[in-house]
Amino acid sequence: MAGIVSYGTYIPTYRLPRDLIAKEWGTPSLGGERAIASFDEDSLTLAINASIDALGNRDPQTLSGVFFASTTSPYREKQAAVTVATVLDANPEVRTMDFTDTLRAGTSALLTALDLVQSGKNILVCSGDFRMGEPDSPQEQNYGDAGGALLVGTENVLAEVVGTYTISQEFLGTWRTEEQDYLKSFPGAFETKFGYNRFVAAAVQGVLKKCGLTAKEIANAAIAAPSQRILQAALRGLGLDVKSQVQDTFWNTIGDAGTAQPLVLLAAVLERAKPGDLILAVGYGDGGDAAVFRVTEAIAGFKAVRSVYSQIEVKRTLPSYGKYARFRKLMRKDYTTTDISTPVVLLRDKNEILPLHGGKCPQCGTIQFPIHRICIECGYSKGLEEVKLPRVGKLFTFTHDYLTETPDPPTTHAVIDLDGGGRVYVQLTDCERSASTTKGMV
Amino acid sequence: MNIRDKVAVIGAGCCKFGENYDMSAEDMIVTAAMEAYADARIEPSQIQAAWVGTLSSAMAGNALADPLKLFNIPITRVENYCASGMDAFRNACMAVAAGMYDVVLAFGFEKLRDSGQRGLGTFGNHPVVGYGTTAPSLFAMAANRYFNTFGIDKRALAKVAIKNHHNGTMSPKAHFQMEVTEEQVVNAPLICSPLGLFDCCPTTDGAAAAIICRADLAKSFRPDPLLVKGVGLAVTTGEPYLKPGFAYTGFPATAQAAQQAYEQAGMTVKDIDLVECHDCFTITEILNYEDLGLCKKGEGWKYVEEGRASIGGEIPVNPSGGLKSFGHPIGATGIRMIYEVAQHLWNKAGARQVKNAEVGLAHNLGGPGSIGCVTILANK
Repeated sequence: MAGIVSYGTYIPTYRLPRDLIAKEWGTPSLGGERAIASFDEDSLTLAINASIDALGNRDPQTLSGVFFASTTSPYREKQAAVTVATVLDANPEVRTMDFTDTLRAGTSALLTALDLVQSGKNILVCSGDFRMGEPDSPQEQNYGDAGGALLVGTENVLAEVVGTYTISQEFLGTWRTEEQDYLKSFPGAFETKFGYNRFVAAAVQGVLKKCGLTAKEIANAAIAAPSQRILQAALRGLGLDVKSQVQDTFWNTIGDAGTAQPLVLLAAVLERAKPGDLILAVGYGDGGDAAVFRVTEAIAGFKAVRSVYSQIEVKRTLPSYGKYARFRKLMRKDYTTTDISTPVVLLRDKNEILPLHGGKCPQCGTIQFPIHRICIECGYSKGLEEVKLPRVGKLFTFTHDYLTETPDPPTTHAVIDLDGGGRVYVQLTDCERSASTTKGMV
Repeated sequence: MNIRDKVAVIGAGCCKFGENYDMSAEDMIVTAAMEAYADARIEPSQIQAAWVGTLSSAMAGNALADPLKLFNIPITRVENYCASGMDAFRNACMAVAAGMYDVVLAFGFEKLRDSGQRGLGTFGNHPVVGYGTTAPSLFAMAANRYFNTFGIDKRALAKVAIKNHHNGTMSPKAHFQMEVTEEQVVNAPLICSPLGLFDCCPTTDGAAAAIICRADLAKSFRPDPLLVKGVGLAVTTGEPYLKPGFAYTGFPATAQAAQQAYEQAGMTVKDIDLVECHDCFTITEILNYEDLGLCKKGEGWKYVEEGRASIGGEIPVNPSGGLKSFGHPIGATGIRMIYEVAQHLWNKAGARQVKNAEVGLAHNLGGPGSIGCVTILANK
């Protein structure tokens, strides 16, 4: 039976209090805070971080599909799912697909994976979204950035699918055309009343009917929503008790994470689920998607690499709206350095840059990065063995560099000795910039 | 083959180092070369070949041929990071020692201030590996590693800045003639933690020249030629940050180059009367003491603190003011060091003169500590 084998979530480190946004524009604050992707993150990196956790130590060769869902893919033309597959070291014969352009893309990717996954195989469904609300708009306060990933498979599932339901409805409530930088929403309660409320009701009622269940039998529901307030209103009359049966939307701490939101909510539900629980997942946008799962005994032995709740607690608060504006390039700034990223280098070095492969010397065993032609330690020249390097290591030395141009100075350069061998030289983000200490270095 | 006593320095020249907004590269090159010609009592037409070190200010032998109108002779541009100047000198020495030429010119220059850039800018021609690296960042990581290993902090580094700024006040051609206090140094704005503004050498324009000839002909030009006793060059990894096990508390390239030079000279550190070393950053000078053998590993910070590196100390280091005060026009620095050592060995260094100096060592360091070049000169 198909179901969810594993999950991962990624909440970026930074938060922007809504009071700061409101203060910037002299408008009312909606309260709480929203998650902000750092200047070097986008929907794809948010999804990748969640995906690495979701795959965990499982064999990437078992992946028959990698699906990426977002309304903010970094490319207008160029797939993002293939990048996720490359980072994960999936077999090149994997089927990769992007699900885009609708808020429902996250749940549509999940339902498609549940339909397609074959016995013994896994499909990774991931999503990252960082939607741009127009500066000085309610959307700017509402939206939040996050990534979520679910590994769909048939063996050792944490939750097996009981039934799925989709309803597709043409409706123009929130949209963005080729020419628009920011999302547009039809003003007033029009969208909520004739869009969101109808879609959620249809999806919830549709899937329950299809599964022969009543709302009371649902232990917990992950229902995506533009805000907690709108969710509460939408659920009136559906028989679900918001307090005891419905997962909080994290609107107060993360914000509306778009296509990633239902995946993050489902992960949060699974974090606290018990064997036998029936759980409901709902996504909306141009209609609605819904799925019901039954939690299995396997849930007792599963622990997420990073829990949603711990990531909500571990955060750094941006000091100003200006910092957010730099991160999102809302203000024009002329840089003297040019963008030197080239497709040719990526072609040659993709195994080093994306899945973090290094070389291991067959003669002396030294693990090194990048994959040198000749061993840096013993001079062995017949080629190094390509190995996957761990993404965890210890700080060997570092500096906070105030010369390097960056939207978030200083740039922290660091030499990291990776666990199990290998040394990398990288830039650290999301770290404390206390300049004087060498505490914690190996 | 050993180079000892085969090659002599018979003249040296150096323009005023600094923010030379009023001088072009041509102005600086001509000034330094004319001083060297006069010092060696030669005419330009006697130059049979030349080597010119510059990191990025010009390309090819024309960098020197065009400003000096030195046409129709072999001229080679040398680039070996910040050790480009001394490597130009080394190549010139090798050619003379080989018997190919009698009199040659070794030259170095750099024009950095014509662009508004601070330092050398940001390196990296790979979009990910090493992206965004700057020169101070590479040495700052050595400083934090040294702090972590030997338990000292930036007040120890400040001693180098204080000493070299003090020496600079007696060095009229230096970029800076100003004293600094420990409080000024440790409270200066951070450039790359833990290195602050006064831990870093300035961004400087300059040019320097040395005239070299066969040792057996040297006395026909001047009565007191200086003999090249040894020249060493070592290239180690240019990516120490990627080399597993690299300790980051010293630069093996310096130690290797010094060993080559000491061996050729038949000398040890005890024979050295003064050192001009590559203090691109204060931490670098402390590491240089250790790598050159002036003191034991981990004790470099004490060497400066105890005054052993001061003029009048055990072995005065950087009486010129060093890169810290004299400035660091990249390609010029290695030749400028030869110039400075020569002034002391000729007893012409004025207020900063190291008394009774007979043997001087000059040390040029390039890249992330990957290129070490060491020259030993003596007046006997």
